[in-house]
Amino acid sequence: MTELLQIKAVNKRFGGLVAVNNVSFAVREREILSVIGPNGAGKSTLFKLISSFLNPTSGEVLFREERISGLAPHIVARKGVVRTFQETTIFKGMTVRDNVIIAHHLRSNASLAGFYLGTNTARRDEDEFGRSADEIIDFLDLGTQRHEIASTLPHGHLRALGIAIGLATNPTVLLLDEPFAGMNHDETVRAVEMVRGVRKRGVTVLLVEHDMPAVMNISDRIVVLNFGVKIAEGTPKEIQENEKVIEAYLGVEDETIGF
Amino acid sequence: MKRTRNILVVAVFLLVVLVGVPWLIEATGRLDLYYTLTSVALLSIASAGVWVTFYIGRINIGQGAFALMGGYVSAILVVQYGVSFWLTLPLAGLFCAAASVLIGLPILRLRGVYFAMVTLVLTEVARLLALALPITNGAKGMVSIPLPGGISIFGLTILPDFAALPNPRPAFYLVSVVLMALCFAALYRLVHSRIGKLCQSLQQNEELASSIGVNIAYLRVIAYAFSSFLGGLGGAMFVAISQSIYPSSFTVTDSVNFMLNCFLGGLGHVFGPMIGTFVLYFGWDFLFETGEFQLLIFSSVLIALMLFLPNGLLSLRLFGKKQG
Repeated sequence: MTELLQIKAVNKRFGGLVAVNNVSFAVREREILSVIGPNGAGKSTLFKLISSFLNPTSGEVLFREERISGLAPHIVARKGVVRTFQETTIFKGMTVRDNVIIAHHLRSNASLAGFYLGTNTARRDEDEFGRSADEIIDFLDLGTQRHEIASTLPHGHLRALGIAIGLATNPTVLLLDEPFAGMNHDETVRAVEMVRGVRKRGVTVLLVEHDMPAVMNISDRIVVLNFGVKIAEGTPKEIQENEKVIEAYLGVEDETIGF
Repeated sequence: MKRTRNILVVAVFLLVVLVGVPWLIEATGRLDLYYTLTSVALLSIASAGVWVTFYIGRINIGQGAFALMGGYVSAILVVQYGVSFWLTLPLAGLFCAAASVLIGLPILRLRGVYFAMVTLVLTEVARLLALALPITNGAKGMVSIPLPGGISIFGLTILPDFAALPNPRPAFYLVSVVLMALCFAALYRLVHSRIGKLCQSLQQNEELASSIGVNIAYLRVIAYAFSSFLGGLGGAMFVAISQSIYPSSFTVTDSVNFMLNCFLGGLGHVFGPMIGTFVLYFGWDFLFETGEFQLLIFSSVLIALMLFLPNGLLSLRLFGKKQG
């Protein structure tokens, strides 16, 4: 299997704090890889480093063997590495459909001037975006909310809309930031199916997550961080049996972790 | 269906402002209204520019700077280089757009009140520059700027020589209204094309916009340049009418008014700045009778309007129009 994304000896310091310390791993084509770790393990920082919302202090991230660290986020998105956000980062004032349509921006063939003048290319793009948006909306079961203003959607649907926005960019790798956070059991089950569906569309998924059962259930492979250091990497089974991982979790939380 | 209705609305509007209003003015003999309405038209062009910056999520209190800049560019080109005013009009707009790219590149990274403050300072900087630069003639300003000449193509007169007209006021009115109509048509198209959606995406969440591949820095600069172009255009036309320009022709008060026009008319409506300018300008004049209480009543009404109609006058939906 080809390695799509390579994270190579990535470091990130904030002043004296080392948030991510010499982390290396690779994401293979069409797999679901999860990054887990206790609070403050550096997951979110790592996530931002991969999507180029932050630049690493040292080390680099490669996509298809090409360095993407240091590029502007919109350029990285254009190359096919697209992130979603925690919580409810959507275009709140627009309808669900407009949210998804606008996210097709990357696919447009027409220039801004073309859109302004309404050239044929621009009109073809608009038609195509509308059709594609409707397909994605149906795929994520948002059909009944199509014309509602996004800010009025319930929590679970907002998350689905976030993923829809990500999918609309036609990504090669979709980075999901805690897609199951704040969800109850039923919602999580549905969200897990959603992520599986995303992979079925040929998209490689890298997710950062807290929810252990969901991660164990969905991932092909798991990378575990603790205090910014990678302490384990492997299949869900291997991770469950890894002593370092158990220690890391039990050392931080008293409650049962759930696996 | 919608297209037919739009064409009808535009046709009626043009008929009213180009034929109806002049007829009424001539019939009632209120010739001063020409100047007032011309001012409204030009100020609404500059306000439309401010509206564009609101549309990308930036509070712009600096449009006065570009109106002043546009005015001086036109005046200098006409007086010192003998360029036809009609040519200086787009040139003034383009000059402002270019300047705003240079200014915008660093300052558009700022958001909220920080951007607003910098733009506010910009107006003051423009005034001080106009005072200091030799080419602008300092505090004395530039006066007796010649009236615009005519335009003719193949012997066909499109615009008459304004200096040869017995009273250039109606001509200025008609030109300004046509200019306003063109600017708002351009703005309408912008908002209803994909660019409008992209601007909205910036307004609502820049990080998300960037994550879906929108070049936010580029789009912000484009929008700001368009905004300043309109400011320069309005300023240049104003100077042609008053035939003079001073460093105090456009001040911080004007910048604030351009912003208020947008608030009042409605930030969610393309024609908000037009309605806002009209109401604000006439509202102010109307309150003249109240003498010393003018400002007090005026500001109280404005505050009340913002409290009770936070989305502007056009949110009243006078035409029963539904937002698509």
